[in-house]
Amino acid sequence: MEKFTRLTAIAAPLLRINIDTDAIIPSREMKRVSKKGLSEGLFAGWRYQSPGSRAENPDFILNREPYRKAQILLSGINFGCGSSREHAVWALHEWGIRAIIAPSFGSIFQGNCVRNGIVPVILDNAVVEALARKVEADAENFRLTVDLTTCTVATPDGKSWSFSIPGADREMLLEGLDSIAVTLKRDAEILAYRERDRSRRPWIYLPEGHSK
Amino acid sequence: MGQTIIDKLWAEHTVADLGDGATLLYIDRIFLHERTGSVALKGLEAAGHAVRHPEQVFCTMDHIVDTTPGRTDDTRMPGGREFITSTRTSAIAAGIHLFDLGDDRQGIVHVVSPEQGIALPGVTLVCPDSHTCTLGGLGALAWGIGSTEAEHALATKTLAVRKPRSMRIRFEGQLGPGVYAKDLILHLISRFGASGGTGYAIEFAGAAIRALPIEARFTLCNMAVEFGAWTGIVAPDESTFEYVRGRPFAPGPETWDEAVAHWRTLASDPDATFDREIEIDCNTLGPHITWGTSPQHGGSIGDAVPDPAAEPDNNRRQSMQRALEYMGLAPGTSLEGLPISAAFIGSCTNSRISDLREAARLLRGHKVAAGVKAICVPGSSQVKKAAEAEGLDRIFRDAGFEWRESGCSMCFYAGGESFGLEERVVSSTNRNFENRQGPRTRTHLASPATVVASAIAGSLADVRKLKGG
Ligand code: SF4
Repeated sequence: MEKFTRLTAIAAPLLRINIDTDAIIPSREMKRVSKKGLSEGLFAGWRYQSPGSRAENPDFILNREPYRKAQILLSGINFGCGSSREHAVWALHEWGIRAIIAPSFGSIFQGNCVRNGIVPVILDNAVVEALARKVEADAENFRLTVDLTTCTVATPDGKSWSFSIPGADREMLLEGLDSIAVTLKRDAEILAYRERDRSRRPWIYLPEGHSK
Repeated sequence: MGQTIIDKLWAEHTVADLGDGATLLYIDRIFLHERTGSVALKGLEAAGHAVRHPEQVFCTMDHIVDTTPGRTDDTRMPGGREFITSTRTSAIAAGIHLFDLGDDRQGIVHVVSPEQGIALPGVTLVCPDSHTCTLGGLGALAWGIGSTEAEHALATKTLAVRKPRSMRIRFEGQLGPGVYAKDLILHLISRFGASGGTGYAIEFAGAAIRALPIEARFTLCNMAVEFGAWTGIVAPDESTFEYVRGRPFAPGPETWDEAVAHWRTLASDPDATFDREIEIDCNTLGPHITWGTSPQHGGSIGDAVPDPAAEPDNNRRQSMQRALEYMGLAPGTSLEGLPISAAFIGSCTNSRISDLREAARLLRGHKVAAGVKAICVPGSSQVKKAAEAEGLDRIFRDAGFEWRESGCSMCFYAGGESFGLEERVVSSTNRNFENRQGPRTRTHLASPATVVASAIAGSLADVRKLKGG
């Protein structure tokens, strides 16, 4: 997984609340069994003029300059709620987004972000709105810096805000860790648990080598 | 200090404390479906990991499969066939249980899982699907995950999870006529918001919950995710044990008594404390319906569409305005009587046999109004079979409903079938998001009973006024 340490980039304000993963990537845009090739479907319902078309809606923020180069999104509460589809995160990442700043996130979405190199940054709604106003005034120059080493968001006018992110998530992002490999280091503990549990809850364990 | 049911299940499944509030939890059961499971199985193969203990892993075909009678692997969804065949190939190679097309155990994942006795009280169960919380209705600790997490669970039988905060919601009193579990959860979300439960694991308790049959508890827990919750759960009781007994993957006679004795311990202690408690009086609730594009945009069937201008919060006001525009509604319009063009009964929320029985009971002797496209999709092949054995399919068909093969069907649109642009649908599903049921389709969420009453009236209707209801 790609590592994340520090990023200074153009931010795109998309200040709607409860943006769901169906909106981030409509189901009809998930056409293949693949984690790739999804960015074209990102926000398809808003980004294009009509369903199925690829004619851009000029009003949608990510179709406008300089937001086409945005790597940070600013949004409202409960960003990424709804369906668990990780395709939402894969599409955002492939499009270029590396950090999302919002007052809260859908919990599955938040977990999916950190497993794919996107930092979910939680800041107060008032701060997000203030940042959005500044960005809108001069998006090209008012670039935001998300620093995961210090857990801060900083602006060109010298202000900064701290955010908190669970230690394990931060480490996974900073190191670009493969979480399966990390867990398998504890294999002995997993096996020991299973042995203990098997005698305690035998009904959980189904016959091995089942046939269909 | 006393423990909550979540505390108990958490402790029981802890493999290791990872520090900083994270725990490595043992995962008893994993369920996959062809929409998101296919990519997880493929990712795992590509990374060179095997599925550990495939006998505890299950897969069904529900999201993409066609639901018209006589179906094959072909589907109207773009690329759909690949999802189906790829899932089949990977599932067989991995040696997991597969409920394929044509298998009489096939159906919507969260309908099949308890029906087959795969979800049980006290198990940890995950699935790359957000409505996995449905299984909390049995007292399982069940939650939705992403595909990468599913790969982790498949390869290690564990997940690293941070413990959510705890909330208890007591539904007290009795449900009046025409009021169902669906109305309870819609009421909760409209009152406390679609992120009212964010960061919480929620125990549903109280007299009204104890009185709910198990299938209604599934409906309630199903929409915990629409409330933003990590999951929802109802402590198992005698009705739960009765429901589970004798199901194919449930404990057999050798371990049954031991299992039940253990399950009886899975209740919050009387002195357990929760981070938040909410109490709701059910005596005064009526049938609910949504009017907007978030499950929080809802109210009683007798309400009028609210005026965004009266909403003090800027963000909420804008979201309401957008919603009304999308839904083609003006403030002050009465919900009851709003003409509809379609009615849908199906989905993991409300497509079980008890839902179909209640819908058929109300439908008997009535006809769907002219111009309303009405569809019923049983939640599983087993539900369909049981319904047909009772003659429910006849009642649906005679009234003018289409009767389908089981699957997710028009609960969501994936480029296949939809109700059409700007068509107004009353639906027993769980999401009224923009474009969820099709491009610009307008969804009103309600109980199957309200769907039936509305289908008959040709407009959103109060089921309590239905003749024979
Ligand atoms: S029925 Fe709808 S909500 Fe349920 S699993 Fe299928 S698509 Fe998801």
